[in-house]
Amino acid sequence: MNVKLRVWRQKDPQTAGRFVGYEAKNINPNMSFLEMLDVVNEDLTKRNEEPIAFDHDCREGICGMCSCVINGEPHGPEYKVATCQTYMRSFHDGETITVEPFRAKAFPPIKDLVVDRSAFDRVIQAGGFVSVSTGSAPDGNAILVPKTDADLAMDAAACIGCGACVAACKNASAMLFVAAKVSHLNLLPQGKPEKDRRVLAMVAQMDEEGFGACTVTGSCEAVCPKGISLNFIAKMNRDYFGAMLKSAR
Amino acid sequence: MKLDARIPSGPLPQKWDKHKASIKLVNPSNKRKYEIIVVGTGLAGASAAASLAELGYSVKSFCIQDSPRRAHSVAAQGGINAAKNYQNDGDSVFRLFYDTIKGGDFRSREANVHRLAEVSVNIIDQCVAQGVPFAREYGGSLANRSFGGAQVSRTFYARGQTGQQLLLGAYQALMRQAGLGQIKLFPRSEMLELVVVNGHAKGIVVRDMVTGKVSSHSADAVVLATGGYCNAYYLSTYGRGSNATAIWRAYKKGATFANPCFTQIHPTCIPVTGDYQSKLTLMSESLRNDGRVWVPKQKGDKRPPGEIPESERDYYLERKYPSYGNLAPRDISSRAAKQVCDEGRGVGESGLGVYLDFADAIQRLGIDKIRERYGNLFDMYHEITHEDAYHSPMRIFPAMHYAMGGLWVDYNLMSNLPGLFVIGEANFSDHGANRLGASALMQGLADGYFVLPYTIGDYLASQKPGSRPKADASEFKLAEQETNERIQKLLSIRGQKTVTDFHKELGRILWTHCGMARSEKSLKEALTLIPALRDEFWKNVNVPGNGEDLNQSLERAGRVADYLELAELLVYDALIRDESCGCHFREEHQTEDGECQRNDEQYAYVAAWEFTGVGNTPTLNKEPLVYEEVHLAQRSYK
Repeated sequence: MNVKLRVWRQKDPQTAGRFVGYEAKNINPNMSFLEMLDVVNEDLTKRNEEPIAFDHDCREGICGMCSCVINGEPHGPEYKVATCQTYMRSFHDGETITVEPFRAKAFPPIKDLVVDRSAFDRVIQAGGFVSVSTGSAPDGNAILVPKTDADLAMDAAACIGCGACVAACKNASAMLFVAAKVSHLNLLPQGKPEKDRRVLAMVAQMDEEGFGACTVTGSCEAVCPKGISLNFIAKMNRDYFGAMLKSAR
Repeated sequence: MKLDARIPSGPLPQKWDKHKASIKLVNPSNKRKYEIIVVGTGLAGASAAASLAELGYSVKSFCIQDSPRRAHSVAAQGGINAAKNYQNDGDSVFRLFYDTIKGGDFRSREANVHRLAEVSVNIIDQCVAQGVPFAREYGGSLANRSFGGAQVSRTFYARGQTGQQLLLGAYQALMRQAGLGQIKLFPRSEMLELVVVNGHAKGIVVRDMVTGKVSSHSADAVVLATGGYCNAYYLSTYGRGSNATAIWRAYKKGATFANPCFTQIHPTCIPVTGDYQSKLTLMSESLRNDGRVWVPKQKGDKRPPGEIPESERDYYLERKYPSYGNLAPRDISSRAAKQVCDEGRGVGESGLGVYLDFADAIQRLGIDKIRERYGNLFDMYHEITHEDAYHSPMRIFPAMHYAMGGLWVDYNLMSNLPGLFVIGEANFSDHGANRLGASALMQGLADGYFVLPYTIGDYLASQKPGSRPKADASEFKLAEQETNERIQKLLSIRGQKTVTDFHKELGRILWTHCGMARSEKSLKEALTLIPALRDEFWKNVNVPGNGEDLNQSLERAGRVADYLELAELLVYDALIRDESCGCHFREEHQTEDGECQRNDEQYAYVAAWEFTGVGNTPTLNKEPLVYEEVHLAQRSYK
């Protein structure tokens, strides 16, 4: 198959970006989307042009590094997959595919399709952990966790921190990302002692980083490669209001 | 060179306790005066950086990804071993130790492996306390499953994403310390040189991958946790960014490289489909708990799997290894798959594949149970192949997966260069010639949480606080200059071939000549092909762009340049190790049934290679493997 590409090229944060057209010819439908970009980049290199910069690493949908908006949708047309797990069979022969970076105020551009998502690390630093230093843990089975709680915590913990939720949101809100971590830890007995402090600190840091507010449109859940549920946002809101009332007391 | 592994004396089960009680300590108020560099943020790097910071050391943590959370440990699927014996099935520290030594085909260090088995139980406790959502029974206790090379259920897991969850636990501990100011983070930073001052490792030179700026960082000790080198083969299950540059630079600065030919090929990966392929995807070994591996009995049988009757299927692992069956260790399962494909009985378009069939398990347990156990793996298989493994068998084939070899370290995990510590996959010490499933996560976290935090003090106590050199010392300036020159050289060639062209060619040479089966002839051929390719690279590679911004071609070029040197050492080691053991299968040395034929008299040693210049024959240093507890035996999984 052959496809045309409109790719966002931007030299650096200071220079304005623009769409540039490319052609990808003789593409095997079983190629991944990133492998198709590899082929385009090989052609560019052979023509002595600079290849398209894009983030990627594991190429199996778990590291969360890949971050393209494809035809207006973060991670492309397929449900519950990352860009690296998007295959060319999801596109038509002759189609024009538009490729952009994840855009958000809190994700400043670096180059082409690469953006800076370190805001997420700072949100985790604010409270996305259990304060237990190495060596001070009791026996694993001394902490019993009901299977249903463990399963629900795992559903939330599956977040890969890619930022698609932010890129999809009209307000560039990071609520789904933050809610996933707050829920993972607050659901478990290990996370309970810091439950209130965690949610207050993480939400404050999220605001500090310039992420927008949540109006629960659900676009985040729709593009999440791990299908993190909107219910976790509701749960975080509950935790947040509870913690706020307690801290006001 | 005299390599001293510094293995403590005394009975095996007491060595670690005795060692801990005798090594030097650093006064708590002095700890903050020591600066430690940790390169890499996978399980080993993140757990080490966090634990060292918790102790009070000042830590700098470097990674090439945009966030420490993305290191490739994240992709480990199946689980982590620990000798908890929660299942009451007869597990013990000794049994885990013995399984690991035996799995490694008696080419690992007894004392290290025993320590690994001892601390395995602490790792689970630590991870649970961090909130890692391990699988649970209805009563709330931890669940286990079995894994290759073991007859007990000792593997802890979090669905098919155990690596991700353990890494997030370590990452969160790292972030906690970063938030407290104990750790300074340097994401998107690539270590390009190790700096040695007066024979001690005292810092690194890094390139900021966004601005291109090359800078120096000095420290009292340097910890490398940068993973393995199997991306030299081009196609592997590694992340695309995983590379060997950090350990290779250290090797060129005097650290010895141990057992480079021990590279593991994982039996259950999705087969290659085309030349454009950029990586291979693993299907967790845990699938072999419920999946049955088979090929048609008849050569060239092209019928769809469903039309091949039971009587015409060869469940070859169950046939050849009745007691371990589909759970035979990785090296054995991989070779068995190669054998049936070589016989023309492979499946799929290319004939390079075998079936992994869940029909029996689905009939026995129901489709829901299988979905609960492996749902995300079946989904992943579907995304890649567009096939539904609930209704027709998966097709799998072996792929490069893990490097057991790595930089040589002593019992303290310190290399022969004082001050240079190497942990996780980047070192060589615990897996011998073959790693068992669910042991990599165990080793990475053992090194980072429970070994290095003790042993690094033994070195630091001998270094006066505040005595580290400044980052503008002449050794650093020189290393920076060398780094810049190398970058400029790569950018100035402007040849006809891309970096990928060279990398793919190197991968083809290694896979064909030094892959699942090796022979004197194939290895000697590779030893002429690799230097020729390396020469061509330095004359004819095209690296577009410049060094002053994000340049992914330049990053890859530097890494491939190092692989072109490392590959030669890997092959040379394979040639000199004239025996078969674990994953290293020399065709000249096999038993009547095609199994590995070890030669303990001549090769029960660690081959630690010393750099003597690019293209020169490296110097071999032998560390004899002394077994005090274990009786060396022919491995049998029958």
